[in-house]
Amino acid sequence: MNWFSTFLTSSIGRKVVMAVTGLFLISFLIVHCTINAMIFFNDGGESFNKAAHFMGTNVIIRTMEIVLFLGIILHIVQGFMLSAKNRAARPTGYAVTNPGANSKWYSRSMTLLGTLILLFLVMHISHFWTHSRLGGIGGISPLDETMIGDKEVLNLYALMISTFQSPVVLIVYILGVISLCWHLVHGFQSAFQTLGVNHKKYTPAIKGIGIVFSILICALFAAMPLSIYMGWIA
Amino acid sequence: MLDSKIPAGPLSEKWTTYKNTVKLVNPSNKRKLEIIIVGTGLAGASAAATLGELGYKVKVFCFQDSPRRAHSIAAQGGINAAKNYKNDGDSTYRLFYDTIKGGDFRAREGNVYRLAEVSANIIDQCVAQGVPFAREYGGLLDNRSFGGAQVSRTFYARGQTGQQLLIGAYQGLERQVGLGNVQEFSRHEMLDIVTIDGKARGIIARNLVTGELERHFGHAVLLCTGGYGNVFYLSTNAMGSNVTAAWKAYKRGAFFGNPCYTQIHPTCIPVSGDYQSKLTLMSESLRNDGRVWVPKSREDAKAIREGRKKPTDIAEEDRDYYLERKYPSYGNLAPRDISSRAAKEACDDQRGVGESGLAVYLDFSAAINRLGKHVIEERYGNLFDMYAHITAENPYEVPMRIYPAVHYTMGGLWVDYELMTTVPGLYALGECNFSDHGANRLGASALMQGLADGYFVIPYTIGSYLAGEIFTKAIPTDHPAFEETEKHVRESLDKLLSIQGTKSVDHYHKELGKIMWDYCGMARTAEGLKQAREMVKKLRAEFWQNVRVTGKANEFNQDLEKAMRVADFIELGELMIVDAYERNESCGGHFRTEFQEEGEAKRNDDEYAYVAAWEFRGVDNDPAMHKEELKYETVKLATRSYK
Amino acid sequence: MNVKLRIWRQRNAQEQGKFVDYAVNDANPNMSFLEMIDVLNESLVNKGEEPVAFDHDCREGICGMCSMYINGRAHGPQKLSTTCQLYMRNFSDGETITIEPFRAKGFPVIRDLVVDRSAFDRIIAAGGFISASTGQAQDANAIPISKTNADLAMDAAACIGCGACVAACKNASAMLFVSAKVSHLALLPQGDPERRKRALAMVAQMDAEGFGSCTNTYACEAECPKGISVANIARLNREYLNAAIVSEEMPK
Repeated sequence: MNWFSTFLTSSIGRKVVMAVTGLFLISFLIVHCTINAMIFFNDGGESFNKAAHFMGTNVIIRTMEIVLFLGIILHIVQGFMLSAKNRAARPTGYAVTNPGANSKWYSRSMTLLGTLILLFLVMHISHFWTHSRLGGIGGISPLDETMIGDKEVLNLYALMISTFQSPVVLIVYILGVISLCWHLVHGFQSAFQTLGVNHKKYTPAIKGIGIVFSILICALFAAMPLSIYMGWIA
Repeated sequence: MLDSKIPAGPLSEKWTTYKNTVKLVNPSNKRKLEIIIVGTGLAGASAAATLGELGYKVKVFCFQDSPRRAHSIAAQGGINAAKNYKNDGDSTYRLFYDTIKGGDFRAREGNVYRLAEVSANIIDQCVAQGVPFAREYGGLLDNRSFGGAQVSRTFYARGQTGQQLLIGAYQGLERQVGLGNVQEFSRHEMLDIVTIDGKARGIIARNLVTGELERHFGHAVLLCTGGYGNVFYLSTNAMGSNVTAAWKAYKRGAFFGNPCYTQIHPTCIPVSGDYQSKLTLMSESLRNDGRVWVPKSREDAKAIREGRKKPTDIAEEDRDYYLERKYPSYGNLAPRDISSRAAKEACDDQRGVGESGLAVYLDFSAAINRLGKHVIEERYGNLFDMYAHITAENPYEVPMRIYPAVHYTMGGLWVDYELMTTVPGLYALGECNFSDHGANRLGASALMQGLADGYFVIPYTIGSYLAGEIFTKAIPTDHPAFEETEKHVRESLDKLLSIQGTKSVDHYHKELGKIMWDYCGMARTAEGLKQAREMVKKLRAEFWQNVRVTGKANEFNQDLEKAMRVADFIELGELMIVDAYERNESCGGHFRTEFQEEGEAKRNDDEYAYVAAWEFRGVDNDPAMHKEELKYETVKLATRSYK
Repeated sequence: MNVKLRIWRQRNAQEQGKFVDYAVNDANPNMSFLEMIDVLNESLVNKGEEPVAFDHDCREGICGMCSMYINGRAHGPQKLSTTCQLYMRNFSDGETITIEPFRAKGFPVIRDLVVDRSAFDRIIAAGGFISASTGQAQDANAIPISKTNADLAMDAAACIGCGACVAACKNASAMLFVSAKVSHLALLPQGDPERRKRALAMVAQMDAEGFGSCTNTYACEAECPKGISVANIARLNREYLNAAIVSEEMPK
């Protein structure tokens, strides 16, 4: 084995992969959330569709999208592999455990939360991404188009409005976002710890920012389907 | 007369002369020489690491699950070294003199001077290994003072100095394990020494996991197995600390030196009930800032015992700070034997406190007022926490209750200057030998001796013997001597298991401990010792008829381990009593009530300035005493005064 | 006080184990937990039954030999203490106490509550040391060390190697143990020359012993009898990353 694969397959290396991909996914969430938050301009989707058009056509962004998918897959595969390895490290379990006495439930439930997010993600991608990127291929219905100025763009906004009319979809989205929130509350500061950033002066701030970030971003995400369903955004 | 082989010449040049003239073993021959080390405390671990580094083939054994568990780890306060970093007048000579005087002039000059000489190297070595000694803000090493000294020469790592020193030695040992120079056998207990043609040639060890008996050959065998304080059942020793290795050596011909010298440490947490399994020491360093007192009046003491008064109710003028009163120049830092006896006297005078009346106060209120709580917390935080854990009392608010407890045994296998016992090829290092502390050990000197023996003495002195062994090929372990010895061990294990009596091993251990504490503890009398000997003999007979040991020999069996150890403790107890009876004087840890002057111990230098080295003559026969005359060429014998 | 005990009994590594119920009556609240087990064992021996095997030695919380997973907690319910420092006053009268061995692939059971922790020795042997052979040392005060670093090193060096971190971790990870040693030595100038080699070798050995990865739940820190901080784990991560990625040292 060469040095890099030795590093990547060590217990710390695996965690570093989780941390790096995790932080990368967090940066994606920021972008994703910012773009989607355009709907709150309540301008009939104009700003949002414009931004979505840019995201869907810019070469750099489209390249990063591939990187993003690789990141997600790596995060998921590595996560499950780690989880399996960690379970194998204790072949016989305890009869009585009292984990609440020493750690937070969400820090111990990252695989479960991650799995819930994965299930949500499958649905979420099939709702939006497949239609906007793969519309017309293999029987996937393409999106309508709309005019912004003199440009013809995909009307992703209309798809959003129609998707979130269903109460079931709304509830599933909100549950998905809650899972994400807990996943982030642990994951954010955990990523810094794994990368070796633990400092008497800064770690409390990192932990605080992590919590605020997780709540803020998830609240914004949850507000989107909710406002649409409630008709606050038309 | 025994020959201690102290090199000739002026005291300060003996060790240098020795090192310059001792025979050497060349590197290629070292690879062919095998050394067995039993015990992995400071002495054993440091010896194993160093001999491994030198290129010898080393096998190291410990009964614990890891070498790092050995009881040196529990030493709290510190390690002495004549560095004179404080510029307070310390020197090699002063450390030597303090140690000789502290030992009540019953230690060998040559050994003690060597100890003081190498003490500075120990600190250097430990710092190089990464031992995190306490430091000052300038980044240099900090020191504190300890009992029996008027200079600050004690290096420390919080209240965990023993732990840190042992971990340093353990890491050195594990490094050699990783390099393949040392083979480690944990969860193995040595149960006998194999001698061939009068020389130690190996051991029989029991694998404690499988119960199997194993034979191991060595050109030399080093016992680094600690002291025998657990003969008293209750002591500050670890539960597993035992005399077995030293005792088997004694029975194979090694003489046992000064077995009656027992150190009773003055600052331990008092006994709280008869279920008690061990006593916990509060470091002597506490006496730097703590003041020892009992009420002046018996009435106040009684009121405290009955819970009618609290210590804080006793006014300053009604307190007797008896150490400061009796020993003004050393005060609360009087040596251990003296402080312990003073506590006993106060309690015998019915001025003891605590429910049992067997406790005195160690009070920090003055220091807290003077320095602030945070300073005291920084200095002793973990010790205070430990006290609070055990007693459920807060020592920042109420004074600690303390009482003397058995802590260390100055006696041990007799060794010469080279640390060799009377069996050629068999060495004893650290607390296991008798050599450096005389009749009383000063605080922070045990760590010093263990590491001196292991790092700096044995690596030189063993060459003197092994240089003559380079032509001895490894003896195969099917040699009749190995077979014979293993058979002997197997028989005694089988015997213990076959008795199937009615009383547990612990029952006998507790009985033995009570006899030893009552008759051979802090104060001894000829009459009491005579009785005690009969009692121990009776106990031994009963043990071998009525003990109940459960389980089998060929499995993990802690009950059997304990039985083997207690069997040896009972025999040792008798020897201690014999030795205490024969020594008609009071010195250091050996206080004979008949020999005192104005309440202070009265030594008899004319008749007893010798080491009593006992030779085994059969369990039912009297042991034979051999004397080693203690010759003082430099020091003038004086009455020990701390007043 | 009276307590009921549910104790894991297992004759040896090969045989299956099971829980057995016992009762200890008239326990004194000032008894240590291990003294309570002593009382139980004494009564078992008196009945001709085999006593419960458990590891213990110094009984003052420093040797690291005692273990036991008590009511779902490594070293029992009290913070910052080992099993031997646990007193019966931490339990209530009539309570049922479940006692199990530490469980981890790296800590196979030997008998009853006794487990084999020699994996820790092997991790130290792989690199948990400073290669300073006897006799090579310079004067102890030749290199001043800032008090801050010396104190941090001492904090990490306080580890007693008991394995509670492994026992408490849901992943049976030994990161706190390994990080404490790596930190202790990396914080001192004497440990600097070998720091990269040390981090790589110790982590490789830790992985080979079958311990899990750290998922930063910090259960280890909460259960550590010596309060070793997880800041050490971050330091180990840093040391390892430095060694594996930045330095020219080759990982093994």
